[in-house]
Amino acid sequence: MRITVTVDGTKYTDEVEPRTLLVHHLREKLGKVGTVVGCDTSNCGACTVHLDGHSVKSCSVLAVQADGCEVTTIEGLARDGQLHPVQKAFHDNHALQCGFCTPGMIMQSIDLLADNPDPDEQAVREGLEGNLCRCTGYQNIVRAVRDAAQHMSPGAGPEAERITENKHVGVGGD
Amino acid sequence: MTATIEPEVGKSRRRKEDERLITGRTRWTDNIALPGMLHMAVLRSPFAHAKIVSIDTSAAKGAAGVVAVFTAKDLDPDSSIGMPCAWPITPDMKAPRRPVLAADQVNFAGEGVAVVVARTSAEAHDALEEIDVEYDELPVILDMEAAIADGAPLVHEDQGSNTSAVWKFDSGEAGTGGNVEEAISSAEVVVKRRFRQQRLVPAFMEPRACVVDPTGTQLTMWSATQVPHILRVMSALTLGIPEHKLRVIAPDVGGGFGGKIGVLPEEMMSLLVAQKLGKPVKWNESRSETMLAAHHGRDQIQDITITSTRDGRVTGLKVELLANLGAYNGLVGTGVPILGAFMFNAIYKIPAYHFACTNVYTTTTLTDAYRGAGRPEATFAIERIMDELAAELGMDPMELREKNWIKHEEFPFTTVAGLTYDSGNYEAATAKAKQLFDYDGLRAEQEKRRASGDKVQLGIGISTFTEMCGLAPSRVLGSLDYGAGGWEHAAIRMLPTGKVEVITGASAHGQGHETAWSQIVADQLGVAFEDVEIIHGDTQSSHKGMDTYGSRSLVVGGIAVVKAAEKVVAKAKPIAAHLLECAEDDLEFANGKFTVKGTDTSTGIADIALAVFAAHNLPDGVEPSLDSDATFDPENFSYPHGTHLCAAEVDTETGRIKLRSYVCVDDVGVAVNPLIVEGQVHGGLAQGIAQALFEGTEHDESGTLTTGTFADYLLPSAADLPSFTTDRTETPSTTNPLGAKGVGEAGTIASTPAVVNAVIDAVRHFGVNDIEMPLTPMRVWHAVQHGTTDAGGPGRGEAGGGLGSIDASGGAQ
Ligand code: FES
Ligand code: FES
Repeated sequence: MRITVTVDGTKYTDEVEPRTLLVHHLREKLGKVGTVVGCDTSNCGACTVHLDGHSVKSCSVLAVQADGCEVTTIEGLARDGQLHPVQKAFHDNHALQCGFCTPGMIMQSIDLLADNPDPDEQAVREGLEGNLCRCTGYQNIVRAVRDAAQHMSPGAGPEAERITENKHVGVGGD
Repeated sequence: MTATIEPEVGKSRRRKEDERLITGRTRWTDNIALPGMLHMAVLRSPFAHAKIVSIDTSAAKGAAGVVAVFTAKDLDPDSSIGMPCAWPITPDMKAPRRPVLAADQVNFAGEGVAVVVARTSAEAHDALEEIDVEYDELPVILDMEAAIADGAPLVHEDQGSNTSAVWKFDSGEAGTGGNVEEAISSAEVVVKRRFRQQRLVPAFMEPRACVVDPTGTQLTMWSATQVPHILRVMSALTLGIPEHKLRVIAPDVGGGFGGKIGVLPEEMMSLLVAQKLGKPVKWNESRSETMLAAHHGRDQIQDITITSTRDGRVTGLKVELLANLGAYNGLVGTGVPILGAFMFNAIYKIPAYHFACTNVYTTTTLTDAYRGAGRPEATFAIERIMDELAAELGMDPMELREKNWIKHEEFPFTTVAGLTYDSGNYEAATAKAKQLFDYDGLRAEQEKRRASGDKVQLGIGISTFTEMCGLAPSRVLGSLDYGAGGWEHAAIRMLPTGKVEVITGASAHGQGHETAWSQIVADQLGVAFEDVEIIHGDTQSSHKGMDTYGSRSLVVGGIAVVKAAEKVVAKAKPIAAHLLECAEDDLEFANGKFTVKGTDTSTGIADIALAVFAAHNLPDGVEPSLDSDATFDPENFSYPHGTHLCAAEVDTETGRIKLRSYVCVDDVGVAVNPLIVEGQVHGGLAQGIAQALFEGTEHDESGTLTTGTFADYLLPSAADLPSFTTDRTETPSTTNPLGAKGVGEAGTIASTPAVVNAVIDAVRHFGVNDIEMPLTPMRVWHAVQHGTTDAGGPGRGEAGGGLGSIDASGGAQ
């Protein structure tokens, strides 16, 4: 089947097998290897991307279902050499070790913050329930998400505009 | 005139590694794609134990995209290739051959039987279904005690027994202490317990993978491995590939925890297949395959006897283990219980000690190193039985520990197991932890809840632990019959522009070596943190190494870096003297500068690097290079320690456990980067708590792993874990120049007993003195209902116990 997907701002038209999963299309066909695969039961969340502004596990979406959609991956977050506030918060708070879960964690965190701009600890923990990390014990991830929230909340300056802008282009929007 | 530069060591530097990881520009093995690359998939046995009657690959060979199909006979016509075991623990240890692919018989569910190579991974996996294997089932052997009983069916018929080896240590015989049997017969108090260490899955998030490229002058293998150097040597020895013709690269590796320490049959298959086909080949496993075929950890039955005086002085400790090896000897799995043997006495002065382990074959996936390897098992047993002893004595478990531990002024201290602990301050760590935790306040609340019969009871769990880190002095490894040394290598290259390349043999898989090593080198050479680049994980550039496991990276590999830096300074000194026209003795080196004593005449290390590059004006006989090479073999292990305190609320009506607070104060010696230390502790705690509460494999009667995916195996998510309060004390190690001790495993080792002790403490007054791990609500509820003194309960069948000398009091409610 022929599908057209806009990934990180670039339009790609390709032939795909009906059974191809979005994650494999991204990785193998489009070379978007920043999104990774950690399981085959849709439990780990390592493959999380945004599809038309909402986080999805890209191993549970068929490539054909993404036809005509906008996909944002971890590779499309930083703009003009500027990290997304959530990326920066992960770095600042040492919220990653091996980094394998990190792309999915960051994508899920952005979606979580779009839904709830100022989550308490419990809300962050529940919002990340579908993403597994074996290295960090989650504590610094939780801290990073709450830290990012502070930087993106209204009145926080350019960072706040950033999230608004993202909403507009379908990153982290609702 | 030299401005003092703030030292890098001790700073919470944000990690250098992060940039590529948070932007998705990482190089995982599965990201590697080479021109003409083929994909390999492995057909795995669905049976735990069976003869292979026949394999028909004809249909698979004709399937779409398939390039080749191999069985054992095609890959290894002489049936001669066996996977390596580096640790023959006794001279008579059994050594059943583990073939690269099973030829005649499969011995665990998941063992490889055939491989398909195809144009795409999907085609390779499709074709697996076309292979027709006829099996003749053999008896399944899952239970260790049944496996070693007389007349038991055998995993390996030709080995004559399922006992692989028995290894013993006895303090009476070794001359390090007294005789345990005497201690037992003369003891005022004897407490016995049987504990189970359930089988765990290491569950690194990046599944295993490798790519082999046979084109070019060398064979190149990328692998998601913890041990690129060991992998190269072992591949060479196993397959007869000349070592210099093989280059192994561990690119970014997504976690290991000991789970990526093995040399894999799949790696050997990939090497063989790629050579045969003359094309690059990739193997990338699914999570379900990882669960089935990557090695598991723990899986021991521990029979422990502790003796003491009525007033709580421990007089003896006897430990008898059954350790489940699975179907074969892993690379180092045979020795994992032995690593624990030295740690059962923990931080205590115990006058008599006996240890014996029996390694057992069963028809299950192999076990091998998993975070802590042997030491978490040992720490669990001693910390649990200290609580049981305290209960028997009617003493506060903290008081019992304080009575028996090694005092600060008694270091260095040689233990009954024969190790010399260099430094420690258990009093300081404990005092800090108690204060952060509000130990006394929580004990008072516990009393109140007990008295009022609150349905939610409160328990306090203590774990005061130490571990031996920094594997390891080569001589010690030799005395334990381990097949290699424990040294580590580093090299430093000063570049003409003043930048520095550091090569380390300790290859990281998430621990942040690039950052920590940069901090060390910045201090040693007086260069900027940003000017240091760390090179690792490629046998071509980092040509010597023993890799990363056993919390050895910093305390062995990091020290090698220090030694290499010292050599660079020593090499630079005569050149500096020559350039400054003074005697070497007149120079002092600080903050990257050689200064003529008492003057402000100086030259920096970067200037010397440039002078060396130009080589216009060097002293006679000095080579134009500012490089160094150093190998460090530690004299002793290092011994981090700490006090972990856990408060658990247990709902006695539902068995639900809530961790109300978790406080730990760890002493890892000097922390090179406190931020990284904290992160390591958090991650370690999560894994140890997971063993206590969530994780554990289950097999059905046919030997099928019923917890074979992340849907069935309960890896905790953020919602399942609490926040931790972590703090440190800093008692420097006296056996290395950094004073560091290692941190990778501490959290995992200490937390499992802290949590279990807390839960038992909450419900002890119901007569409960043990609950088997993981402490599921069902098991806890069952224990409360039945006031059980054994480890039984629904979910794990017959689960030992019943050996305790403590009477059940309180009974069922
Ligand atoms: S790979 Fe998609 S959830 Fe695990
Ligand atoms: S950082 Fe390694 S799995 Fe999350």
